[in-house]
Amino acid sequence: MQEKVLMKGNEALAEAAILAGCRHYFGYPITPQTEVAAYMSKKMPKIGGVFLQAESEIAAINMVYGVAATGKRAMTSSSSPGIALKCEGISYLAGSDLPALIVNVQRGGPGLGGIQPSQSDYFLATRGPGHGDFHVIVLAPASVQEMADMTLKGFELADKYRMPCMLLADGTMGQMMEPVVLPDPVELDNTPKDWAVTGTECKREHHIVNSLYLAPKKLEDVNLERYERYKKIEEEECLWEEFMMEDAEICIVSCGITARVSRNAILEARKQGIKVGMIRPITLWPFPKKPLLAAADKVKSFISVELNMGQMKEDVELAIRCKKPVYGCTRVGGMITTVDDILASIKEAEKGEE
Amino acid sequence: MADHQIIIAGFGGQGLLFSGKVLAYAGLAEDRQLSWLPSYGPEMRGGTANCTVILSDEPIGSPIVDHPNVVMVMNNPSLDKYENMVAPGGKLFVDSALISRKVDRDDIDVYYIPATQLAKDMGAPTLANMILLGAIVKETGCVSPEHLEEGLRHAVPARHADLIDLNLQALELGKNYTQA
Amino acid sequence: MAVVFDKPKSLTDNVLHYCPGCTHGIVHRLVAEVIDELGIEGRTIGIAPVGCSVMAYDYFTVDMVEAAHGRAPAVATGVKRSDPSKIVFTYQGDGDLASIGMCETVHSAVRGENITIIFINNAIYGMTGGQMAPTSLPGQVTQTSPYGRNTETQGFPIRVCELLSELDGPAYLERVTVNNVKNVRNAKKAIKKAFQNQIDGKGFSLVEVLSSCPTNWGMTPQKALEWIDEKMIPYYPLGVYRDKDGENNG
Repeated sequence: MQEKVLMKGNEALAEAAILAGCRHYFGYPITPQTEVAAYMSKKMPKIGGVFLQAESEIAAINMVYGVAATGKRAMTSSSSPGIALKCEGISYLAGSDLPALIVNVQRGGPGLGGIQPSQSDYFLATRGPGHGDFHVIVLAPASVQEMADMTLKGFELADKYRMPCMLLADGTMGQMMEPVVLPDPVELDNTPKDWAVTGTECKREHHIVNSLYLAPKKLEDVNLERYERYKKIEEEECLWEEFMMEDAEICIVSCGITARVSRNAILEARKQGIKVGMIRPITLWPFPKKPLLAAADKVKSFISVELNMGQMKEDVELAIRCKKPVYGCTRVGGMITTVDDILASIKEAEKGEE
Repeated sequence: MADHQIIIAGFGGQGLLFSGKVLAYAGLAEDRQLSWLPSYGPEMRGGTANCTVILSDEPIGSPIVDHPNVVMVMNNPSLDKYENMVAPGGKLFVDSALISRKVDRDDIDVYYIPATQLAKDMGAPTLANMILLGAIVKETGCVSPEHLEEGLRHAVPARHADLIDLNLQALELGKNYTQA
Repeated sequence: MAVVFDKPKSLTDNVLHYCPGCTHGIVHRLVAEVIDELGIEGRTIGIAPVGCSVMAYDYFTVDMVEAAHGRAPAVATGVKRSDPSKIVFTYQGDGDLASIGMCETVHSAVRGENITIIFINNAIYGMTGGQMAPTSLPGQVTQTSPYGRNTETQGFPIRVCELLSELDGPAYLERVTVNNVKNVRNAKKAIKKAFQNQIDGKGFSLVEVLSSCPTNWGMTPQKALEWIDEKMIPYYPLGVYRDKDGENNG
């Protein structure tokens, strides 16, 4: 067990990646995640790792693809506009069944947008960030501690299912400092993977890392196999946290920074006699549908609190099969929902107004 | 309630984020619950900058504070922005060497400290932030004096270790100023 | 009976899908012969591009990675940085290397990345059916320059070796062709040197091979080989453009 230290979210995730055995980081500067690259550039050379400032986000993700093809843990980080550029590479990682960790410390969009916190890449992340049918596992940390823990978890899940994983944070999570207990270093099994390109040593058939299948039936088959894996992930890997849900009549659904603000709003609402609770999705894909559906039988309504125009709200409605009304409480552009914003939505839901 | 929700605001370059870090490290030394949230971006140099520090005995929900109970301001725009946000009964610390106007509220305690002038007088013009911080710690008790010093020692980068004594002097000056 | 001609060990038994008369097959063979001769088959990893040689991974017996269009040098960078004891090469066409992937090409050269790049320049996009390439010649008729490449609106061809020779990063740049026996022999020498450089840790080595595309040029294979002499070499002079060993410069 390591001692408690004070770190920025971006630094905590970078250190956690190193502790997770990642020795290959490729990045490109963009606010508000540049601390990750700065941290890696300082640390990697000292531990025999690779830090490379790539010529572009596109090059960075393809370098990750190269390392991942050799069976080693690799990572890149960026913020929203940069993640858009990485989507090509993420699709290739998914199509070639390669594990990797992609960190997205979101800022407002579309276009160049702004640099303040946002959750507006929710759709981009949860619907498969790139062309083709695929998913990435999406983790949404809500504290600096989780920035570290989810980085470790992200690498583990990526390896376990041979697929890319995205740590979907927002600018606040990246920039804030909180006490954090870093994970213990992971001892990785360095046996070459039976699919990785490590050189044949003229002792085995060559390995091919590839996403091209010109025969439609073959391509269909690999897609179907991948979706079988996704089904298993949806059944086994959902993560969420419930807060004051025991007697809740209104259920807030929120992740990341807005879940933190929602927590304050819930305590305030309860002081005013309104029974509010929260289900905080930690995995956004797979989305925790089961606890939400179960809650739908108990609560009067839901409120989706998020920093976008209501992207997650759609998943909440789908998860509860529209059994109960779902209200939205949203701010965008780098504005962050306040406790008062959320209280107003709670009161609206309490009255049952549409 | 042993809950200090602190906003430190002024121009970039006044050492505002650093002041917040000193508090945060002090809180860590006390094993308190805490969060430190900076404004970030191009405003880091020259524009307005601020940081929010929460020190609490309870788990911290939002790291964002809408109604701080401790505010330190080092320029006019920051006073304009935060004056009305201070929670009733809260404390507002004003660098009166840089802000000439008076605060227009009677439900909060206001401390006028000419920190930038005091810092110049002591030959350390960049340490006005520490003078104000000394006053904050004295008046709010948000952290203990011993832990404040420990926080400072953690927050100062190793390459600037020679400046610790001067920083301690500035903190002391701030503590004593409000006493006088 | 003595064997006088055999398939290199580093080529698989798969039948090449290239058009009759296309010189990709020759270059594949040269690369495989070089891998055999240097005894590096077991530790070589190849990166296939997008373009006609997209399925190069089926033809070499070494471990292979398929890259997105233009990204082979970045992928090669990742593979090489993962284990510098491996020999990593990319095999790319002109659209892949000099158009969509120019950024990756230039920056892997700038870094002096210790990889080997085999660059097939046939002045056309073959796989998609004969569109204008960044290396198509002025006036060259293609599907997307039906009136001939108009340099006023469609710009000029890119001379990759000359362009990269302005950089400090590359260790070795040479342009060769494979349109006759002598040139094939020369091309093999260049390819071998590009791999040997990597083994010796000398850094970024690129061999540009002027190749023919009879199908999309609309010529017989024989005429296409002549066209390399008549049209391509005057625009793309053969030779060494960089050699950090100091031999054969200029």
